[in-house]
Amino acid sequence: MSKTITIDGNTIPFDDGQTIMEAATAAGIYIPHLCHHPEFTPHGSCKLCTVKVNGRICSACTFPAMEGQDVLNNTKELTDDRQLITQMLFVEGNHFCPSCEKTGNCQLQAVAYHLNMLDDHFPLFFPNREVDASHADVMIDHNRCIFCTLCVRASQEKDSKDVFAISGRGINKHLIINSKSGLLKDTDIDATDRAAHICPTGAILIKRTGYQVPIGERIYDHKQIDQVSLETEHHKHGE
Amino acid sequence: MANKIRVATTSLAGCFGCHMSFLDIDERMLQLAEVVEFGRSPINDIEHCIDCDIGLIEGGVCNSENVHVLREFRKNCKILVAVGACAINGGLPAMRNFIPLEECLSEAYLDGIGVENAQIPSDPELPLLLDKVRPIHEVVKIDYFLPGCPPSADVFWKFLTDLIEGREPLLPYELVHYD
Repeated sequence: MSKTITIDGNTIPFDDGQTIMEAATAAGIYIPHLCHHPEFTPHGSCKLCTVKVNGRICSACTFPAMEGQDVLNNTKELTDDRQLITQMLFVEGNHFCPSCEKTGNCQLQAVAYHLNMLDDHFPLFFPNREVDASHADVMIDHNRCIFCTLCVRASQEKDSKDVFAISGRGINKHLIINSKSGLLKDTDIDATDRAAHICPTGAILIKRTGYQVPIGERIYDHKQIDQVSLETEHHKHGE
Repeated sequence: MANKIRVATTSLAGCFGCHMSFLDIDERMLQLAEVVEFGRSPINDIEHCIDCDIGLIEGGVCNSENVHVLREFRKNCKILVAVGACAINGGLPAMRNFIPLEECLSEAYLDGIGVENAQIPSDPELPLLLDKVRPIHEVVKIDYFLPGCPPSADVFWKFLTDLIEGREPLLPYELVHYD
């Protein structure tokens, strides 16, 4: 008989070595997340997957599933916390959806829609951030970076390159490019690299591919991210 | 109907696109007019917001006049609503926040292509520009938010009918958009 945990009162099985996120996804339960991706080493930085395990707050993407865990996921308290976390992500950067190519396909936006986030709540930072359009095929708009490190992990783990890194701490944290000039054009990134396609927001975009799908017909325009996420990630965390 | 609900509307640092979208409720406007009358609004040219039930604010705050109008609305509206991306996060006008104000003015009135009689407007009647464009929740308390650029006509309809009929306004997934 396999081992089990409960999530919101539902008993689900897990295998040794699985995280709570992996067990939940395999069982068809969505836990909101942005920095987690089933193909990459968990990072646990965005905190959207915050759940309560036996009364204690944990990140579902990094916390191992263990026999006897009683996990709370879909509660008013956690949804409110997740909405505040998402609002903080919005005000710390510059997220102007109407002028962003990623709108409708953006996971940050989709999570906010899913949480029924209607405002930013906090004062906006309006930080001064750069756009790096130096590379022939790939561009970076730092205004939209949420420091999920998916591009860092994709470059190292899939592309066997080391194009990106996170530098600084706290509010000074920022994405850096591994080249002498600090510009993307002086790296070995290609438009076909996994790192160039992994960004959950509109921070990393491929040039000359914009608006091929019209606004209104994009991934999250009619489908919620929980459904999309389970459809695409279920088999990767499944049996 | 004796006591109609008074609705005031204004556009601060906005493009009037949200107002145009509101008008897109089309013939439903007649239904609305049975229970609603308009206070200050560009629809009727009433100049001041006095004793209103619902205030709809389009646009962020970019100059001193915007601040005065916004405060007048807050003082005179029982329920104040941020309508559209610009009211909620500054929107497109806030993209000037990354350029020093002096450079913006120089580009528009001194150095821009095709500028004649170059001078920065300084008539005392003109409201002074703020250093940065700010969303309205940073200036006054806002009760409800209708995201979208613009929010669709159905958003206005759903929100106003919910409110007027005494329900807590609730936008379904399909009506929540930031673009």
